[in-house]
Amino acid sequence: MHPTRIRSRLAAAIAALASPVALANPERWQLNLSPGVTASSQAAYEMHMIMLWICVAIGVVVFGAMTYAMIRFRKSKGAVPDTSFTHSTRIEVIWTTIPVLILVAMAWPATTRLLALADTRDYEMTVKITGYQWRWRYEIVDYRGQAQDINFVSSLDLDSNRTRMLGSGLDPRAVQRDGVNTYLLDVDRPLVLPTDTKVRFLITANDVIHAWWVPALGWKQDAIPGFINTAWTDIRKPGIYRGQCAELCGKDHGFMPIVVRAVPRAEFEQWLADNGGTLPPGDLLATTADGPAAASAGSL
Amino acid sequence: MATHSATHDDHDHKPQGFLDRWLFTTNHKDIGTLYLVWSLIMFLVGGAMAMVIRAELFQPGLQLVHPEFFNQMTTMHALVMIFGAVMPAFVGLANWMIPLQIGAPDMALPRMNNWSFWLLPFAFFLLLVTLVLPGGAPQAGWTLYPPLSLQGGYSIAFTIFAIHLMGISSIMGAINIIATILNMRAPGMDLLKMPLFTWTWLITAFLLIAVMPVLAGAVTMLLTDKFFGTSFFNAAGGGDPVLFQHVFWFFGHPEVYIMILPAFGIISEIIPTFSRKPLFGYQAMVYATASIAFLSFIVWAHHMFTVGMPVGAQLYFMYATMLIAVPTGVKVFNWVATMWRGSLTFETPMLFALGFVIMFTIGGFSGLMLAIVPADYQYHDTYFVVAHFHYVLVTGAIFGIMAGVYYWLPKWTGFMYDEKLGKIHFWWSTISVNVLFFPQHFLGLAGMPRRIPDYNVAFAEFNMISSIGGFAFGLAQVFFVYVLWKASRAGVKATDQVWEGAKGLEWTVPSPAPHHTFQRPPVIDDSKLAHGDVTH
Ligand SMILES: [Cu+2]
Ligand SMILES: [Cu+2]
Repeated sequence: MHPTRIRSRLAAAIAALASPVALANPERWQLNLSPGVTASSQAAYEMHMIMLWICVAIGVVVFGAMTYAMIRFRKSKGAVPDTSFTHSTRIEVIWTTIPVLILVAMAWPATTRLLALADTRDYEMTVKITGYQWRWRYEIVDYRGQAQDINFVSSLDLDSNRTRMLGSGLDPRAVQRDGVNTYLLDVDRPLVLPTDTKVRFLITANDVIHAWWVPALGWKQDAIPGFINTAWTDIRKPGIYRGQCAELCGKDHGFMPIVVRAVPRAEFEQWLADNGGTLPPGDLLATTADGPAAASAGSL
Repeated sequence: MATHSATHDDHDHKPQGFLDRWLFTTNHKDIGTLYLVWSLIMFLVGGAMAMVIRAELFQPGLQLVHPEFFNQMTTMHALVMIFGAVMPAFVGLANWMIPLQIGAPDMALPRMNNWSFWLLPFAFFLLLVTLVLPGGAPQAGWTLYPPLSLQGGYSIAFTIFAIHLMGISSIMGAINIIATILNMRAPGMDLLKMPLFTWTWLITAFLLIAVMPVLAGAVTMLLTDKFFGTSFFNAAGGGDPVLFQHVFWFFGHPEVYIMILPAFGIISEIIPTFSRKPLFGYQAMVYATASIAFLSFIVWAHHMFTVGMPVGAQLYFMYATMLIAVPTGVKVFNWVATMWRGSLTFETPMLFALGFVIMFTIGGFSGLMLAIVPADYQYHDTYFVVAHFHYVLVTGAIFGIMAGVYYWLPKWTGFMYDEKLGKIHFWWSTISVNVLFFPQHFLGLAGMPRRIPDYNVAFAEFNMISSIGGFAFGLAQVFFVYVLWKASRAGVKATDQVWEGAKGLEWTVPSPAPHHTFQRPPVIDDSKLAHGDVTH
């Protein structure tokens, strides 16, 4: 590898580790969780970092003591075993109590954040998400008290779909949009959501269990046939946020991505007024149950 | 009569024919050997499946296998490794070592012992034959979540009957271990003088008896849902797909400890030996093991934080899970304190034991992180989880098994293994296993879901690194087989005590251990036991 390339990759890796920039989508050499673009993703990121640093600190103490023992108490250096040092009530009480205190210190911020995440009240918009093998259906149920009837299916984009076939001979690196590699992370029809709006999701599935996950939004929620789970988001920043199904759902589990296009409210309202832009008439699922390829082709 | 039995002892009294010796055996050492050899074979089979997985994930795009086959590999890899490699290895070690550690002539129920081993080849025939059935092996992951697991063909029935056989085998093995430990200890071998390996296995055996029937029940309900029209897990018929997950993980979480507690025991034997110092806080170790076992029953839903549980349930399962860190911490601290002011040497068993302590602790850290619900919303079902449980199971359970194998091998074969080769195996494995699994933390945090055969280009670099580590780790285990083969045939003659710092009854019998040992109960001398001093 060329030295400058190594250097630039190293720099990218260090930047990815060090800076809490809002990485919305996976980056090459990404090392850490992204803080995302919602309060939930921020909460997940903060808890992750709190936990990480506490674990690093404990690790330094424990592994440090181990390393010291391995260097200092070697038989080859003439160490003589102190066979009476086999028990100490005081030490044992200390190293049982301190972890309990550390756990309380972890549980407190985790609890407050979880309670905030669980609060689905005061939403302004409802989207129903249904998982199918292997694509997602989105229904905009209501927006600011007004019932809506936007209902569409979102499947893997054709470009990724062609490339991902076994022995396709196509290069995944060539699947790009606006200079970003979108291989397996792009769909024919993204879910459009307004920013600065509390959106409630009703999540279910029609066949097997799936899970709806966009890392930049900060959570995943299982989509279970016969159950309706709720979740919510409030996106702070316009952008395109990509995710994937996160529960094994059969052969094309890896090929049912999620794309959320977050736009300012005015733009979203325009999109709503246009009835979702270029939504095709009819129900794609009714015409085919043969996989994303057929579904995508049908939508052209 | 007295002379008669004495001559028997001299002649070792092994059955002569191959079938008599191995198929009809009731000897705990031979059955232990069968289990260990079986587990090694399954380790290689499961490892070969892992190689297929890592080869397909070597770069983005599908190059080698169809997604269906990829899913068969992930499912079978897990089932083979858990039920074929790790659990039988521990049962094999228990068979060999528990009677030797407590001064018993054999296991309490030797015929049942034979049967519990010989069920395994039939179980794994049923499981592995699905690979060549129409429709292939099960593809729903080892967790077999419905409705997905019910979508395939007949392979699910084969899998379920295989699991039933494995369950019967495990339960019989566990009953045997409990009966042996509670009834067959030599006079003077009080419970709180037993070696830690025996202790951890006693507790593990209770876990097995408690949860294997639960798994059997769960998969039986799957079977009737699939073939007999019931609707336990079918929402359209009034059932509940999440119920399966609750029942499965009520088995599954204790199962995690079934695979790690005996390793804790092995490590608690090895570190004192090579520190030339008794285990620090022996009683605390026993109680910590028991509390981990108890807690393991009340934390199952931490595998299910994203199924949509009430927030109160999520909080409860988060707190309960975090609590496990306390007794686990006690264990790690006690191991470090055992080394403290010791006189350390670093033979291969000790290297694997130290590797275990460090890397198992890393897996414990990520486990603690996974317990935190708001963060788990991001980690769940990603490669972060894959990294976590492989640290716990490969550098935890399997490193523990390897430590135990190197530690007791001279007692089994009568030869010292080649120390240089053992050390090469340790360093080769340790470096490659970290190249294999550490980058998977990054992949998960960057957003790569688990159980996918193909991925975005952003994940390419770390996947390639991980695959290279995987191939190197796989090769290291082929090398391990060579080291074992060599040590079983020739080498420096092992002494009875084998290791300078070793204490306990198993080191008082000759190396190799004769076919029958302790036909008369040994006279226990507390000062010669590893834990003869019962005041703490
Ligand atoms: Cu899926
Ligand atoms: Cu668990």
